[in-house]
Amino acid sequence: MYTAGELKKGLKIQIDGEPYIIIDFQFAKPGKGQALYRCKLKNMINDTIIDRTYRSGDVFEAPNLEERKMQYLYNQEDEFYFMDVNNYEQSLLKREHVGDATNYLIDNLEVYILFFEGRPIGIRLPNFVNLTVARADPWVKGDSATGDNKPVTLETGYTLRVPPFIEEGEKLTIDTRTGEYVTRVKE
Amino acid sequence: MSPGLKNRNYIVGNQRLDVRESSLRMRSVIIQAVRSFFISHGYLEIETPNLIPAPAPETHVDAVRAANGFLHPSPELCMKRLLSAGYSAIFQICKCYREGERGRHHLPEFTLLEWYRASADYMDIMVECEEMIRHVAADTGCGDRIVYMGREIDLKGPWQRMTVNEAFERYSPISLEDALDEDCYEEIMVLHIEPGIDISRPLFLYDYPPSLAAFSRIKRSNPPLAERFELYMGGLELANAFSELTDVDEQGRRFEKESERRRHLGKPEYPLPERFIREFRNMPDSAGIALGIDRLVMLFADKDSIDDVVSFTPEEI
Repeated sequence: MYTAGELKKGLKIQIDGEPYIIIDFQFAKPGKGQALYRCKLKNMINDTIIDRTYRSGDVFEAPNLEERKMQYLYNQEDEFYFMDVNNYEQSLLKREHVGDATNYLIDNLEVYILFFEGRPIGIRLPNFVNLTVARADPWVKGDSATGDNKPVTLETGYTLRVPPFIEEGEKLTIDTRTGEYVTRVKE
Repeated sequence: MSPGLKNRNYIVGNQRLDVRESSLRMRSVIIQAVRSFFISHGYLEIETPNLIPAPAPETHVDAVRAANGFLHPSPELCMKRLLSAGYSAIFQICKCYREGERGRHHLPEFTLLEWYRASADYMDIMVECEEMIRHVAADTGCGDRIVYMGREIDLKGPWQRMTVNEAFERYSPISLEDALDEDCYEEIMVLHIEPGIDISRPLFLYDYPPSLAAFSRIKRSNPPLAERFELYMGGLELANAFSELTDVDEQGRRFEKESERRRHLGKPEYPLPERFIREFRNMPDSAGIALGIDRLVMLFADKDSIDDVVSFTPEEI
């Protein structure tokens, strides 16, 4: 249970039976009046954004959320299958809940799956993932026309810009928070 | 040695203070300008204790407990006792403390300017408030306009004046009476009126309904209205002023009403400020105002958050 005074950016609360995260928060107290807690909230299941204004006496339930470490198995069209690394139970996540994470999903990748009331609703990737370059233009030494970076396509189909010396078949570390190249993996 | 960050190289690890240097300089200039304005207008600068045995009971102002009493949420009780004792023009710049107030425009410990004048009413204070802020603008080198968050605020007088009733008629989807009846005055204020008001010039919102009089005098108009105003600048609520209540019995009833509302909301009750009540019968006709110095600095330093105009926020100490 949370009171209005505890509301802040990043806090997760339950509204009408669904989990929401506070993405923007403002405290207001007009002219010697009642304190108001203005929140912009994102529905954690469908990403809908709503505005709500609360008062001091309001209380909120904490949503029943749980993160489990799972391994990515495969996908069938818009359904992505994961396996709990502890009890081998399988769960499936719809494409709309996987979102941009498809850029980094390779077989056996360990990720965190978010469950609300036992139902999978979201995915959190490790900050860094190693992926192989599937397509890259060859590097011509001394060719300054290409500039200091070039596009490559990774095994997942994700395209990004990397330094010109990167070649096909190389493994790269990518920061999943920014989607950017970090370094080459030496093997 | 000259003030400021002369030994910059020796200051390690707090870049936030570096970033705030211009705001802190602006703050210092503003406080000196405020002082010089009041001193040159015949006001006496006073200091009253921050640690007090009993704050004024106000429904939505929660005092911070300390030692055997409270840190004052505002210096008004002691300043009114000075007025009652015959001090006719006084000002104070002091730290005040309010429990649970934290946000982009709020700190639980903040700096307040209060000034009181005998034989004056809220309209006199309105004029003086304009003059004071123009004096500050001149001393900070801003001239007669400032730019806040990319928008120009013209400080040349006279400033906009609008009654609370007019503000509701213009900007609110429901009338002031309905907002009070349905207990959503604050929501309408924050969601409709504050975003609606023209910020190209400062605005005095005045003549409050009696239920929002706080400790102001109610004039015998039809309908009766509280002689209270609030100053808005750049969208910030900057000051609150009253023609002060001087009727002893009415003051007692207001305290009782506020205490009753606190009880109703399950908030801690405060002991009665007995000395204040005893001396209140000598309270002269007067007007007074409280103005948030931190927010004034935000306006002149063009800062969006109160965090950027103080040396340390509560989270940083």
